[in-house]
Amino acid sequence: MEHGSWLNGPLIYLAAAVLAVPLAKFFGLGSIMGYLGAGILIGPWGLRFVTNPQEMLSFSEFGVVLMLFLVGLELEPKRLWSLRKPIFGWGSMQLFGSAALMAGVAVLTGLDWRVATVAALGLAMSSTAIGLGVLNERSLMHTTSGQSVLSVALLQDVAAIPILALLPLLATAQAHADGSGWSGAAKALGVIAVIVLGGRLLIRPVLRWIARSKTPEIFTAASLLLVVATAALMQWVGLSMALGAFLAGVLLAESEYRRELETDIEPFKGLLLGLFFIAVGMSIDFAVVLAQPLLIAGVVLGFLLLKALVLWAMGRAMPLPKPERPVFIILLAQGGEFGFVVFQTAANASVIDVQVSSLLVAAVAISMLVTPLLLVAADRWLIPLLAGHNRKAMTEIDEPQNQSVIIAGFGRYGQVVGRMLYANGIQPTILDIDAEQIEAMRRFDWRVFYGDAKRLDLMRTAGAARAKVLVLAIDDVAQSVEVAKMVREHFPNLTIVARARNVQHYFDLHDLGVTMIERETLDSALMSARSVLETLGWEPHQARTLAMRFRRHNVDQLLQMAPHRKDTARLVAAAKQGRQQLEDLFAQEREEAAKRDARGWSSDGNGGDSASP
Amino acid sequence: MTDTTEVNDHAADPAPAPTGPEVLVIAAHPQLEHSRINRRLMRAAAGGGATVAVRDLYALYPDYLIDTPAEQALLKSARLVVWQHPIHWYSMPPLMKLWVDEVLAFGWAYGPGGNALRGKDLWLVATTGGPEESYRPDSYNRYFFDAFLPPYEQTAALCGMRFLPPLLLHGAHRASEAEVAAHIGVYTQRLASHPDWPELDELLYGLACAVPEDARPDDSKSN
Repeated sequence: MEHGSWLNGPLIYLAAAVLAVPLAKFFGLGSIMGYLGAGILIGPWGLRFVTNPQEMLSFSEFGVVLMLFLVGLELEPKRLWSLRKPIFGWGSMQLFGSAALMAGVAVLTGLDWRVATVAALGLAMSSTAIGLGVLNERSLMHTTSGQSVLSVALLQDVAAIPILALLPLLATAQAHADGSGWSGAAKALGVIAVIVLGGRLLIRPVLRWIARSKTPEIFTAASLLLVVATAALMQWVGLSMALGAFLAGVLLAESEYRRELETDIEPFKGLLLGLFFIAVGMSIDFAVVLAQPLLIAGVVLGFLLLKALVLWAMGRAMPLPKPERPVFIILLAQGGEFGFVVFQTAANASVIDVQVSSLLVAAVAISMLVTPLLLVAADRWLIPLLAGHNRKAMTEIDEPQNQSVIIAGFGRYGQVVGRMLYANGIQPTILDIDAEQIEAMRRFDWRVFYGDAKRLDLMRTAGAARAKVLVLAIDDVAQSVEVAKMVREHFPNLTIVARARNVQHYFDLHDLGVTMIERETLDSALMSARSVLETLGWEPHQARTLAMRFRRHNVDQLLQMAPHRKDTARLVAAAKQGRQQLEDLFAQEREEAAKRDARGWSSDGNGGDSASP
Repeated sequence: MTDTTEVNDHAADPAPAPTGPEVLVIAAHPQLEHSRINRRLMRAAAGGGATVAVRDLYALYPDYLIDTPAEQALLKSARLVVWQHPIHWYSMPPLMKLWVDEVLAFGWAYGPGGNALRGKDLWLVATTGGPEESYRPDSYNRYFFDAFLPPYEQTAALCGMRFLPPLLLHGAHRASEAEVAAHIGVYTQRLASHPDWPELDELLYGLACAVPEDARPDDSKSN
């Protein structure tokens, strides 16, 4: 029995995750909620499979380190440099602004100023793991709000170091004014210098040398070693491991091994992060929660609201696009794993007592638990509202329309379709949900209605039951798919002509039985390719023919791959194979054409009429 | 379900075809929306059952990107190839000409190894806007209509095909409903009865048109 005991842990964690995550996804709650739920389920307050979550937490925290390494890999030094203002400006404003606000309120409620300060600083931190995890899950990393969340998270990482260093000073006035502070700082600077120089000069040749050995698992080991070593170095001098890993990532962002490092580290990150969330779920101390439910609720609600207030002001001032603000606020308003560390350290230095510490830890964990739920709520109710912020001023489509064509989404894409239809005497019924866009279009005398094409009643009014064609030109992928689903179900006779943002979107629509789908950039990109060939000396007509044949091959291949869309490996293989096929085909044709030029009709007419060359 | 029927009485036929259409109608009309006759001819041909396939070129290839392998595959099984189009400028519409250029490829339809169409029949079914009287030396078209046919005939001959007597409807703009209906009747009757047409016995396959090898530049000297 004893030998097998090490298996029990992984068994429980993996089983819980495998069960809970798909379930949570099914209910539209996202994977993080699934992991947290799994943690609560197997933790000391659930089925008691695991009783010491703390150990798990510190181990799986390495997932956060790996994640920041990956974030760093996506961020070249130049881009990081351009983020310096958001990081130090907005980041400090978030951290210290909300800390000051919360401390102020806490002192007003009669708390000791030291406890108030510690609580405020700890609660001001946000969960990097959940924040960046959600951004990744929703592909928001490159939006303005994504970059703002990243900036603030980075500053919190930087600021955590002095905060943790200064916490013990609050305990009593027993500050030791010895030289250790200076030597510590020197050591820290030294390590950062080592990382920067090493990352620039040393690591690349080493990686090249390892890659040459052509042993993939050793390259994976080297990738992991790189992150572990950096983290260990940082920890040794008392700096944030995650920050070190981030730094190492940034330094390797321009290297030729970036993609390989990414694919090697990615699965470890995913699993460890999952474990981390499970550990957070397990560490919620329900005894504390149940003892003082109202107090906890008050603390959670209070700190979320105060932080949200600061973040709301920031979102306005930046300014962030309105529909992106709720995600930005929710992701940064929650407490985070640094909070755990801050409270732990403060309790150890007896700045706050253990009761307060575990109460605050519980509050942070609950806020992390609530975050995915808040996001779901915001998706459902708040964001659609913000997307059409002037909806009161915009009268919704209310008179029944009777045109043969309905255009949903009148942005860049829908407009071109609409203009071409108008030019041919067809007056489509046009729907859009962007109030500003509608305003602008009405200035050009377009009759655009305010209306959400996802709504059945509204589509009825728009004449979907009698129309022949729906032009689905909405730019938001999720909404476009939702409209297609609804229309297929309720108006099966309405032909959908759809715009696809990308291949996945194409597949989604294809799965719903939509056949007339155009990828929005394909044709313009092919026109550019034609221009390139022409510039390189190809005849314009030949460039045209090649582009059109490329297009046909591309579309055929896409349709062939559609059934395997979920199988990434197969998709990649098919794409590679398709590219090869096309190359071979074109090469073969060039060869045949060269032969034919001499003997067929195609050169100067010396084909069959050989008597008169 | 591989239902192969032995057709012994056709064993002498030059192009035995186990699958695919026996009659292939290549139809081309650049403005089908204005068509009075060709559209109805196409519809009538399409009603000819499973052995007839109608290729509406302008509908299939609105971007002029002809799928040569698909067209050649269909031609393989056909015993009768019909070119059905209005006469424009004494010739065929441009997409039809592109079809000829690309599908009747060197080494496939003509030239060395190019005998895919050998022994098949080619039948031109055309309409003209001008009345028959205009195709005379003393009228505005200045030539009998036969004078415009040699390119068709020679195309068939070079591919080793038999060029059947064309079915023409002159003065298509003014043809009365009775004339059009009669014309369509002849068309469908002919499609259905091919190859048992009374006049075919005298027609020869254009086998005399094999181009001598030395009449072409050598492979190695490409220009």
